[in-house]
Amino acid sequence: MTQLPESTDRKMGLVIDLDTCVGCHACVISCKGWNTENYGAPLSDQDAYGGNPSGTFLNRVHSYEVQPEQGHAQLVHFPKSCLHCEDAPCVTVCPTGASYKRVEDGIVLVNESDCIGCGLCAWSCPYGARELDVTEGVMKKCTLCVDRIYNENLPEEDRVPSCVRTCPAGARHFGDLGDPNSDVSQLVAERGGMDLMPEQGTKPVNKYLPPRPKDTIESEIDILAPLLAPVAENPGGFMGWLDKALDKLPGGDA
Amino acid sequence: MHPAPSVIVFTTLSGLGFGLLMFLGLGLPAVTGWVAFVFFLIAYVLAVGGLLASTFHLGRPERAWKAFTQWKTSWLSREGWCAVVALLVLAPYAAGLVFWDQSFALLGFIGALFSLLTVFTTSMIYTQLKTIPRWNMKLTPVMFLSFSIAGGALLAGQIDAAIALLAIAALVQLAYWKLGDQAFANSGTNMGTATGLGSRGAVRAFEPPHTGTNYLLREFVHVVGRKHAAKLRVISFTLAFVLPILLMWFSPHHFAAVIAVLSHMAGIATSRWLFFAQAEHVVGLYYGKR
Repeated sequence: MTQLPESTDRKMGLVIDLDTCVGCHACVISCKGWNTENYGAPLSDQDAYGGNPSGTFLNRVHSYEVQPEQGHAQLVHFPKSCLHCEDAPCVTVCPTGASYKRVEDGIVLVNESDCIGCGLCAWSCPYGARELDVTEGVMKKCTLCVDRIYNENLPEEDRVPSCVRTCPAGARHFGDLGDPNSDVSQLVAERGGMDLMPEQGTKPVNKYLPPRPKDTIESEIDILAPLLAPVAENPGGFMGWLDKALDKLPGGDA
Repeated sequence: MHPAPSVIVFTTLSGLGFGLLMFLGLGLPAVTGWVAFVFFLIAYVLAVGGLLASTFHLGRPERAWKAFTQWKTSWLSREGWCAVVALLVLAPYAAGLVFWDQSFALLGFIGALFSLLTVFTTSMIYTQLKTIPRWNMKLTPVMFLSFSIAGGALLAGQIDAAIALLAIAALVQLAYWKLGDQAFANSGTNMGTATGLGSRGAVRAFEPPHTGTNYLLREFVHVVGRKHAAKLRVISFTLAFVLPILLMWFSPHHFAAVIAVLSHMAGIATSRWLFFAQAEHVVGLYYGKR
């Protein structure tokens, strides 16, 4: 049944550090690689080497520019995958029971053999976390690498989602966000972890750590400034004459 | 939203079909024999044809029967049940009228009720989606129901009722467009809340995740044709409501009725196209699009 559980024993999820992410897309590639070869239908590509390539991805990295009222713009790389919401609208809309949220760890999964590919769960997701695979005709989504995290055939350090294991910057963290003493929960508390689109009422488990504010050292100390300052604001001599002469020529009124 | 032809055909035809079934179930018009046969045939073709069309957009139509299992939570599942109950209950009612000149009024009433519930559950599939503010309004079910009832009256040849109900549906349509145009801005979701970065400054999409397109953009960020929306609203409104009302008012005979029905269907299909094409999903914000 696609009724959501009242509560889950654990709330396994990701914490993504927007301050640390360098936008290398390694998590995108490792996710696609692991999830194409393992759990469920492969993630297909269409026209992969042609002029209009497109494909199914469970994790995508956007980049945003944030322009504060004062100061420089900041570039923020922004990985986005399923947030394994506590109040997941994608589960309750499913007409077949293919979508479900697990009681033991809160992971939202799709039973692909029950999915009719109606797409309604993707319509109900504000985050674009679900993509209908064109080749298989079934809905694909992040499984939190459910086939890695409990897999005793893997070395212990590999029993985390593929994106977390791969991230070269250490921008992705995995753990139980329902346990206030877990490393991830403490990280969220310390850094002011936030929800995406809280007004949608989905109660996402995954949290995002905001970028740290940029320092303002350049306005206080700039040891090169004296050396780089213009020698003369109003040029005299030959340069002054050239400036005036060029000004008198018609055209080029920049 | 991508205006999938299968879904537009489905909601337009089955809306009309179940509207007609509701009137027939209530004994309006009180027909028997061959005339009843033709009325029920039209109603069933529209309703069943629409339902079949809706399966064309499924990725795995062979498993469609599984959609009956989740009626406790899913409006799509409830829609399936209501449609099947309405069609099954009205079948013996129709047979009674066609073959035995008998009206099983209770069956007709139950069938009429489930016909209305089918249209309501269809509308709730769209209304429940917080992600699409233009649909997430109390007026959405009112619109679906008023269109279906007005169209049903027109098809059932209830001329006075059709004129009044078409006028009501026309007003609902105008109100829906007016409120719908403000819905996204009023929803409180914007690029700031989508990224959580809104408190830091103005957020602009700098680079999309991939150079090509993807399922999300194809399905949710439909911008082609929106530029003609204002013209299409006028066309849709004229065909769906103004022309049928004038025809029914001034020359309520058979030929004019056929023209009125065809005009109404074309107008409702256009309105339904706009319902999808103009609906903006919040996921577009992640791509800096609407």
